[in-house]
Amino acid sequence: MDWRRFGFIALIIIVLFSVVVFIGQVKQPPLLIITSMLATTIAVATPLTLGALSGVFCERAGVVNIGIEGMMLTSAFFGWLGAIYSYHIFGFGNWTSIILGVVFAVITGALMALLHAALSVTFKVDQIIGGTVINILAVGLTGFLNRQLFFGQGSVFGGNVPGSPGVLQTLHIIPLTELFAPICGASEICLRNIQAINRVFDQKPIALAAILLVFISHYILFNTRWGLRTRAVGEHPKAADTVGINVTKMRYANVIIGGMFAGLAGAYFTIESVPSFEPLLTNGRGFISLAAMIFGNWTPIGAWAAALVFGSSQAMLINMQIFRDVIPPQLAFLQESYIVGLTPYILTMFILTGIIGRTTPPAADGVPYEK
Amino acid sequence: MSENNIVLEAKGITKQFPGVLASDNVNFDLRKGEIHALLGENGAGKSTLMNLIYGLHRPDKGEIIVNGKTAAIHSPNDSIALGIGMVHQHFMLIPVFTVAENVMLGDETVKRGSLDRNAVAAKINEISKQYGLDVDPNAMVGPLPVGIQQRVEIVKTLYRNAEIVILDEPTAVLTPQEAEDLFRIMHDLTARGVSIIFITHKLKEVLAVADRITVMRAGRVINTVLPSETDSAQLANMMVGRQVILTVNKKDHVAEGEVLKVEGLSVRDQRDLETVHNVSFSVLGGEVLGIAGVQGNGQTELSEALTGLRRPTGGKVTIDGRDLTGKPPRIITQAGLAHIPEDRQRHGLVLSYSVADNMALCDYYHSPFSQRGVIQPKALDENSRKLIKAFDVRTPSPFVNAGKLSGGNQQKVIVARELSRNVKLVIANQPTRGLDVGSIEYIHGEIIKMRDRGVAVLLISAELDEIMALSDRIAVMYQGQIVAVVETKKTTREQLGLWMAGAHVETTQ
Repeated sequence: MDWRRFGFIALIIIVLFSVVVFIGQVKQPPLLIITSMLATTIAVATPLTLGALSGVFCERAGVVNIGIEGMMLTSAFFGWLGAIYSYHIFGFGNWTSIILGVVFAVITGALMALLHAALSVTFKVDQIIGGTVINILAVGLTGFLNRQLFFGQGSVFGGNVPGSPGVLQTLHIIPLTELFAPICGASEICLRNIQAINRVFDQKPIALAAILLVFISHYILFNTRWGLRTRAVGEHPKAADTVGINVTKMRYANVIIGGMFAGLAGAYFTIESVPSFEPLLTNGRGFISLAAMIFGNWTPIGAWAAALVFGSSQAMLINMQIFRDVIPPQLAFLQESYIVGLTPYILTMFILTGIIGRTTPPAADGVPYEK
Repeated sequence: MSENNIVLEAKGITKQFPGVLASDNVNFDLRKGEIHALLGENGAGKSTLMNLIYGLHRPDKGEIIVNGKTAAIHSPNDSIALGIGMVHQHFMLIPVFTVAENVMLGDETVKRGSLDRNAVAAKINEISKQYGLDVDPNAMVGPLPVGIQQRVEIVKTLYRNAEIVILDEPTAVLTPQEAEDLFRIMHDLTARGVSIIFITHKLKEVLAVADRITVMRAGRVINTVLPSETDSAQLANMMVGRQVILTVNKKDHVAEGEVLKVEGLSVRDQRDLETVHNVSFSVLGGEVLGIAGVQGNGQTELSEALTGLRRPTGGKVTIDGRDLTGKPPRIITQAGLAHIPEDRQRHGLVLSYSVADNMALCDYYHSPFSQRGVIQPKALDENSRKLIKAFDVRTPSPFVNAGKLSGGNQQKVIVARELSRNVKLVIANQPTRGLDVGSIEYIHGEIIKMRDRGVAVLLISAELDEIMALSDRIAVMYQGQIVAVVETKKTTREQLGLWMAGAHVETTQ
């Protein structure tokens, strides 16, 4: 493990949290601020984590994927659309429709990835161009369909956006509050603190799945036959070919797996976070995912840690709004939310300069395999 | 010898690639426990034949018979299943994987879904012991010396129970001592019943280790002979199809005046590792100084630093007394440097430019090629026609893209451009790598011509024979340092080999 990198990640997160705690302590106890920040961090890091995992699978197999943004956006749209159709047109219940929405999103991601794989593996198109095609296609397609289906005259829903069947609900899987209730007894403060801590673990299903997937992916990549072959294909496809590994199949499969991760990230936006779609809603998070993947040195756990850095800077933005009125005059610039909002992008640039240690991409990343 | 001794037979193999008949009705057989050498120049069709046997390509015509049965080999999986293993010239190893991971790749041992690294390591240790291969299963492959990496490749084939092992140019990257070691391993293998196809273009090795020799030229088998019934001259003759002069004709020549002087030069590579440490030497006018050494001992960075492609981190480089340390390539070129770069396709030519344009790459910006900032096509054309003639470049016209020429002719374009200018110093890095014998002879001749004209020549080559044939003095590079400088007449292959393997360094420190 690269301790320097993880140390740096921990440092940034601590600094960002400290700023908020410092400002907010006049209004709320630090523990409450920290736990609330942590909960937000984990939640908002979800699409970044999944996006980064998407990138890890594609690039470990040797296919550069800058189309994650587009895959997320398309999946967000079709996932949402799938949920609405299931609910209003096919008449499924709330829950079934929401689950179907997630399935739709994941399938959409897989199909977009199939397109990317076809372009870059079969047709050997420059992978940056292939990814750009996907990003442009995503913006055009979702914008167009959104308008045609919901707005304008003669659209399917006649100009009304129908209510979505709702969003995935928070799961209470670690019952700290219940466990500690007898220990706290009558102590109100104890109970409140336990509740605050428990909030960190009370996450929605996709957020929890993302964390689980980080560790599963890490294990698969470094300890299984599939992972060994995937990495071989991304490092030295010819070597893989000479021992009888089908480079084309491995690349297709991994790009599609990557697309499914991006699809799940898309579902986070419209089925887990808010029950609505708006054009361009991914807002560059696919690209920040790529930065997380690079900063995590193309490993799932590293990428997750990096995604948490970006998540915490977003959590800072959200929490600062609560404390806007108590920002001391010396830090008045923090009142401008756009300055705080810039943090993830500034971090991205800073991290990609390589100041915090160079990262090494897979050797054959982005290189089409020619026999 | 009875028929059932034959483990592998190729009958009437024909393979057409766009523009080349790479394999033309080739017949070849391999007996159990023999070392059968396949000799031929680059492009003679040796590797093509092996790729067909190994299943990387499919033949258009002909059949391959393994252990008496016609084999349908569609992919390496099929050949591996038939007990055929191949050690490729460019190793098929993944540097960031361990030895065990590399060995098991494609044939993994899995326990409850995860890789069983211990079981694989145990099997590797067993194979290592049995054949005296000595590799550490847990070592990362990247930093291992080339000789060891090659053993990993051999272990890879044995791990898959290969009974037929194809070695494609296995000695190209080895020191003479490492090559000796390899030959020992090859004999150990054959003693245990493994049959070996040994591909090479080096005559001496073939005569030393092969049981039978098959010579290929231009996609055809010329003959199969026994080493006891032939000699170098005859083999060379079969390889090239005409009489070949195996030694370079070189008159004694007085060298004088220090042209290139290098003092305490240190260079870092792109990973920021210092690959050249405090190197000092000089080259006189009218001499060839050869830099011998196994690839990857700092030669690339040294030549990049001398030609201005990489900034040295310390030291001084002077040409004819002028300090040119860290100066850009154009300044150094104008000071009288001719550079024949290591990678002709990436650094020597613009492949998508015409031969005529490539021949003016050093001088395009001034008269007569350029007038008031405008390129003069007529001057380019005249210049290229003159050079094409003088340097015998085989090209349909000066307007053909350099990428369309054969390797030998590409190199001649570079040599023509560089040596036709008025230069004081020639730096030639691997000038004949991958070329046919005809082109090699020609380029060697041109280099000696420059030397006889009083030009200083720095020759960097991994081919010890080339170094010994051309150089007046030889400097040996090992791990970024010059460990010895000797006169060619006063040394031997064996001595140079020891230095190349680092023997000297330990005694001096």
